Amino acid sequence: MSVVDTHRVFRVTTASRIASVVGLLLLLALAAAPWWMGRADLRLLGEIYLYLSLAMLWNLLAGYAGLVSVGQQAYVGLGGYALFALTIFGGLHPFAAIGLSVVVGALVSIPVAALIFRLRGAYFAIGTWVIAEVFRLGFAQVSALGGGSGISLPVDVVRSLADGRDAREATSYWLTLGCAAAVMAIAYLFLRSRNGLALTAIRDNELAASSLGIDICRSKFVVYVVVGGLTTFVGSLIFLQKLRISPDAAFSVNDWTAYVIFIVVIGGIGSLEGPIIGTVAFFLLRETLADLGSIYLIVLGAIAIAVMLVAPKGLWGLVQDLTGLRLFPLGYRVEPRRAGKE
Amino acid sequence: MSEILGLSGVCKSYGAIVVADSLTFSLRQGEALGVIGPNGAGKTTMFNLITGTVAASSGRVQYNGRDVTHDSAAKRCRAGMARSFQVPQPFGHMTVFENAMVAATQGANLKGREAESTCLDVLDQTGLLDKANAVAGKLALLDRKRLELTRALCAKPKLLLLDEIAGGLTEEECHLLVETIKAIHGTGMSIIWIEHVVHALLKVVERLIVIDFGKMIAEGDPASVMESREVKEIYLGIEVDA
Repeated sequence: MSVVDTHRVFRVTTASRIASVVGLLLLLALAAAPWWMGRADLRLLGEIYLYLSLAMLWNLLAGYAGLVSVGQQAYVGLGGYALFALTIFGGLHPFAAIGLSVVVGALVSIPVAALIFRLRGAYFAIGTWVIAEVFRLGFAQVSALGGGSGISLPVDVVRSLADGRDAREATSYWLTLGCAAAVMAIAYLFLRSRNGLALTAIRDNELAASSLGIDICRSKFVVYVVVGGLTTFVGSLIFLQKLRISPDAAFSVNDWTAYVIFIVVIGGIGSLEGPIIGTVAFFLLRETLADLGSIYLIVLGAIAIAVMLVAPKGLWGLVQDLTGLRLFPLGYRVEPRRAGKE
Repeated sequence: MSEILGLSGVCKSYGAIVVADSLTFSLRQGEALGVIGPNGAGKTTMFNLITGTVAASSGRVQYNGRDVTHDSAAKRCRAGMARSFQVPQPFGHMTVFENAMVAATQGANLKGREAESTCLDVLDQTGLLDKANAVAGKLALLDRKRLELTRALCAKPKLLLLDEIAGGLTEEECHLLVETIKAIHGTGMSIIWIEHVVHALLKVVERLIVIDFGKMIAEGDPASVMESREVKEIYLGIEVDA
């Protein structure tokens, strides 16, 4: 009897089945939020979804492809400016502009990758930051987009989104929810595919990965371009919420990279669950410590250091070590077939 | 029989230090070749040059009738070269089965169920099936070595390169491993095997080469090579002429 007759390979677990049902119910409940939540809560949730998206994307980049970028604000800002430029000068509907921003981001990320992929490790990180600064200085020169002082989204563009303020708030909210759900789905499906398996192998051991047929540079390039495109998409949604853009806000290293790194690191880098836990933790801290002013940042830093020392794999790593739990079934499990049962 | 691998004048040096000095030899399809030599002689370097982990300074590597000297390690693997590492290099956070799946899907370009059943078969053959769900980073030495062999086989190679796969194993473990490798060779696989555990090596290989200071110093039938002056000088430290 061959081993294929005695053993079976599973990809889903009981925990992941429960998680997918709970996740779907949660998604439905959140999609209905405009009917049972106030405007301020909706805005906060929208912000949470966008940070979750940024964290998921940065985690793919740094946690899986090993590309520790501190310059993802380049794409957030690019997305914001793409939205403003395409609606104001291109006369596009905001939805079209948001959709097109993915293409803009991906196209821009190709020459950027060609440039910064010459750098390794810490030099790569600094290179990405320099690129983002170049973007910031570049956009500050464009007087049609408000130069250094910025520009607001014209009223007619905002009005074209939906009729009435409540409908606009709801539309904007659904866009952010859809964005987070889409980014999570893309990350999940990608990591589950054979390309994702290759990327996970690269994360663990580059020498072995290349010896087993994985083209490391190509894999990293693909991830960089996809993440660049999607980060630009998130950026356009961020500034659709804000309705106003300036170079300093658009290319802020604190807002779009430092907080995102904090989220991923305390949540658990190199796992899909980590950014979710991290985002929840970050917003809990922010909402409870908001009154502390700048001390809040010191507290965040102290927490980040403590987590790195006590639980280097983040909060999710801690949970996983204790329980072996996996919510996203990315891996494989081999089980013996039980007699008399298929 | 046709040639599967041919090295001609392959050199590698780091500055003034020569680690591979004009290596020239060939391997027939289905042949098992053993490689011995003292520590630091350049045996693993030779594997790095064959598989493309390290680029040659000069010389040519021919594989399956094609010049692969400038191909990447990944490309050579996809063309059918697979190796095990002397110091095991597992994907530490993935399970044993997932490690095997990487080789099957990337190296052998298999998909879905076909990849899964290949991995199950190889795990069964190498004795790791009952540890399929274990995290690779937590395996003991014997299992790490088995995992190296498993991954190499899941890449469905035509040429298998084994780097000290028996080192550090007990007598019994070593015996099991030799039987496995014999069976693999029995299917017609071409093998190059670097090994310090010479008695294990001699049970499998048909030809032996000796490397010292990056140079091939002896080659031929295992029994006569082991009796040769060069080998005795290296391993016993005696000056035969003195």
